[in-house]
Amino acid sequence: MDNLANPRETYAGLTARKAGLVACTTCGQVDHPRAACSRCNTPLHSRSPLSYQRTLAWLIAGMIFFIPANIYPMLITRTLGSERESTIIGGVIELVEYGSYFVAAVVGIASIVVPLAKFAVIGMLLASIRRAWQLNPHQRLHLYEVTEFIGRWSMIDVFVVAILVALVQLDFVASVNPGFAAVSFALSVIFTMLAAQSLDQRLIWDSMNETGQDE
Amino acid sequence: MNTAAADPRSLIACPNCDLLHNQTPVATGERIRCARCGTTLASSRYNAIDRTLAAAVANAILIAGALFFPFIKLEGAGTLQSATLIDAISAFGGGLTAPLVLVVAAFIVIIPFMRASALVYTLWPLRFGRAPYQGAAQAFRFANALKPWSMAEIFIIGVVVALVKIAGMAQVSLGPAFWMLVALVLVLLLENHNFCRWTIWQILGKHTRA
Repeated sequence: MDNLANPRETYAGLTARKAGLVACTTCGQVDHPRAACSRCNTPLHSRSPLSYQRTLAWLIAGMIFFIPANIYPMLITRTLGSERESTIIGGVIELVEYGSYFVAAVVGIASIVVPLAKFAVIGMLLASIRRAWQLNPHQRLHLYEVTEFIGRWSMIDVFVVAILVALVQLDFVASVNPGFAAVSFALSVIFTMLAAQSLDQRLIWDSMNETGQDE
Repeated sequence: MNTAAADPRSLIACPNCDLLHNQTPVATGERIRCARCGTTLASSRYNAIDRTLAAAVANAILIAGALFFPFIKLEGAGTLQSATLIDAISAFGGGLTAPLVLVVAAFIVIIPFMRASALVYTLWPLRFGRAPYQGAAQAFRFANALKPWSMAEIFIIGVVVALVKIAGMAQVSLGPAFWMLVALVLVLLLENHNFCRWTIWQILGKHTRA
């Protein structure tokens, strides 16, 4: 399966960039520098232009929207004249009170731990690229891949709100409405996903010194 | 440092670290990895196109089915309500949260459906060894770009959480549409398992150059 025994021939440590070539990020074709990939027509760049700036901008936007997402209510429940609002954390606490610890953990991790960890990881990766920190590039790439993979799962809470609202919609006794936090949380997740996508992971390896070349 | 061979197209660059590799044929069942960072560069599975195509077709059918069958049934205080997926999506109806209607609909229905259609469009002629349709490269590029935004599997978890939340208030049962979405998630997992972008691009590339 894994063919590590035969690592194929490589041009010892030679990257496409050093060879004066450009790799297409969409289809992987290597070519001489030109405007667009001859195979899939994606604009070709040795490194995504303004990757650092765009990632930073999306990251800040995501962090800003995370604040109202936690202050304003996610769900507004009205029962016989009384109104109850629950925030993201409030929803998790409610689940703990029901005794659904596992579900509480899933929601808590997806809507609080994962977004915060994502902010920290993307921020750290940006800093490590800008300041050329000589950290293990394998670990940083791994962190990046985990962040990119797991970020979408924060959407769980938004979907929970959608389903609850739909289910209790027709009931005369109770009504459930989405709060402002549902919108800001969805936007925060979308912005951080865009931040992760804007980051060109090849920069992680570029920031290593020549001597940092492993093997 | 001698610059790479005459035709750079005969090389593979690692998408994650940009290291150049010689291109060699990949045997069925084999997976080649970047010598520096270990990222999978290409893999070859038996009948990869068939399987990916089958998964994409199944995908489109399941989404269409999931839309129109009842999704969740709610029984409480003598009333019976059943919600379809469309109800769940339009629940965000008014006010500030209106844009969420579009976002939720896009994530769980529109994007997965468009992605499945684009994949079928790209792969159908290839499966029969014919030349790809007009614009197949764009369609495939589009399908790949949509991938992170297709969130049916996350929605399923959301349904389970919502059920736990209202379990105290009412009797809840799951409709056929829920199980269709669960099947969809399994199909998506299978599709990802068999999917090698690089191989499909190679095939598409041969035709554009010919």
